Amino acid sequence: MSKGTLFDKVWDLHTVGVLPSGQTQLFIGLHLIHEVTSPQAFAMLRERGLKVLFPERTIATVDHIVPTDNQSRPFLDSMAEAMMQALESNCQEQGITFYNVGSGSQGIVHVIAPELGLTQPGMTVACGDSHTSTHGAFGAIAFGIGTSQVRDVLASQTLALAKLKVRRIEVNGTLRPGVYAKDVILHIIRTLGVKGGVGYAYEFAGTTFEQMNMEERMTVCNMAIEGGARCGYVNPDEVTFTYLKGRQFAPQGEAWEKAVVWWTQLRSDADAEYDDRVVFDATEIEPTITWGITPGQGIGVQEPIPTPDEMPEEERPIAEEAYRYMDLQPGTPIQGTRVDVCFIGSCTNGRLSDLREAARFAKGRRVAEGVKAFVVPGSERVKQQAEAEGLHHIFLEAGFEWREPGCSMCLAMNPDKLEGRQLSASSSNRNFKGRQGSASGRTLLMSPAMVVAAAVTGVVSDVRELL
Amino acid sequence: MGQINSQIQVITGRGLPLVGNDIDTDRIIPARFLRSITFDGLGEEVFADDRTQTQGQHPFDLPQYQGAAILIVNGNFGCGSSREHAPQAIARWGIQAIVGESFAEIFFGNCVAIGIPCVTADPAAIKQLQEQVMTTPQTSLTLDLDGLQVQWEGGSITLTMKEGPRQMFTTGTWDACGQLLAQRDQIQATTERLPYLTWATTKSA
Ligand code: SF4
Repeated sequence: MSKGTLFDKVWDLHTVGVLPSGQTQLFIGLHLIHEVTSPQAFAMLRERGLKVLFPERTIATVDHIVPTDNQSRPFLDSMAEAMMQALESNCQEQGITFYNVGSGSQGIVHVIAPELGLTQPGMTVACGDSHTSTHGAFGAIAFGIGTSQVRDVLASQTLALAKLKVRRIEVNGTLRPGVYAKDVILHIIRTLGVKGGVGYAYEFAGTTFEQMNMEERMTVCNMAIEGGARCGYVNPDEVTFTYLKGRQFAPQGEAWEKAVVWWTQLRSDADAEYDDRVVFDATEIEPTITWGITPGQGIGVQEPIPTPDEMPEEERPIAEEAYRYMDLQPGTPIQGTRVDVCFIGSCTNGRLSDLREAARFAKGRRVAEGVKAFVVPGSERVKQQAEAEGLHHIFLEAGFEWREPGCSMCLAMNPDKLEGRQLSASSSNRNFKGRQGSASGRTLLMSPAMVVAAAVTGVVSDVRELL
Repeated sequence: MGQINSQIQVITGRGLPLVGNDIDTDRIIPARFLRSITFDGLGEEVFADDRTQTQGQHPFDLPQYQGAAILIVNGNFGCGSSREHAPQAIARWGIQAIVGESFAEIFFGNCVAIGIPCVTADPAAIKQLQEQVMTTPQTSLTLDLDGLQVQWEGGSITLTMKEGPRQMFTTGTWDACGQLLAQRDQIQATTERLPYLTWATTKSA
């Protein structure tokens, strides 16, 4: 059993008690809600005659269903409009702060909470969304929950949970040019598998993560769940504190000084005990891309698509299914595969630094003939900052569309969707069958820079050739 | 507040085998069916895209499995999105329990919260159970959470489940909401240990 890790310390601090089932009742410091997984929770609350216990600890925004082109109300999709109205009235009725479209702070829930300084080290964060693991980048314990659990948090600000084990994932060294945080996490998932993390929290440690900025750390923690780990975190350090300082909800003045002391104490002890440890060498990580239908089916861009005889027997059936679904042949290169759609955005890679890096490669180039390419900033703030830097001009001149913020084609609940068997190069986090809105649509996950490389060449390409 | 829990000890019914690892919640219920403010009608849409593509040959469509109560799956079932719509769709189709090699964590927790036990067995036992149901779909299965077994005429397999969730079902405390709320004093005491609650509230700025 782990001891002395940040996870242990934060867990203990938030433990309300032990339930008869043996599960821990855990206090939730920050609860984030959005339009898709909350309406039923509010309905359940009403059915039981309950009210929100700590309305000031819940923050709402709208992200999944918002159109990224025409955002005027009522939305063209009447179901999206109904979800929007439900969220508006639920928040109003229960006194919950709601960052609506046009507020200047709306965006993907996992982009806006850090931006606002709501996510802080040492907190427990819950949201009805599996990518809540993102917030672990701050040294918070953050995890996704289902709708009945959203109800529980609204009603009691607590959850019934079993404690996780802790695996320390250490990556050391400097990433080579053209290799990004996204490649690191795709590499980790490729190696440990999509269920390797079930039952674990991932502590991301080592010099590679220490050198990363907060947005890169968020990219890594965001995809912990794709490796099966419900939460992932990085110990807070100067990089974390510098990011937080001065943000809207960050502590100020005297409270700031106290906060830094408290946060620092929560770091995993030098002699902390872990349930498991894994070590990677950053210099061995290549630009990584998925070829199949799970985020664990990844390869270096220069590698051929693996053949069944190279993989453990239990992975063969899903690989066979992936060859068929993706229409890709084992043993052939992934490079050179024609793409139809290129998507830059999502809670994994829709932040300012992602857009800057993408723009660096898009500058002076043109989206290839026949390719639809679009950029969806992660939040209104990201959009505004990107525009202040002129990034939108670079994208537009290169032939990318420049959209309003939201989840967009990460899961295609809004009008942005693949059509038929289109193949997409995507900076998002899931390549599941049908994920991007067409039941036969296909997704290749990669870094934003790699998406640009695909967009301007029309085929899967190694971004290092554009350096 | 009313406790709407009920004890779940034994589930009997026919089985529905769904072979394959890493079946994610996007496949269980595609995102477009999440455009709703209720869970109503999700039962009909369970595995919608997979069923369209298999043109009537999907286990959820095959006549011999209609009315089944126990779903039998393989590894890492329910991975991906946290959408409770996935277990809701499965439950609303008629499934009352799921037996598999392993489950994704959020999916497992969502199932507990809505009273659907997910129990595990080793791969050989799962294979045996899936084959039994495929060759003899009318087999009546009895899933016993006390004895941790699935039994049928002529066979049985052993199940595993962590003691905590197992007891939540057998004692009827799987809906945690009431229990959580009963601890108001301790919740208050916990807040006093957390300095950040007073540094800035979400209302202060
Ligand atoms: S961007 Fe994608 S993964 Fe992230 S919250 Fe939105 S839909 Fe979920």
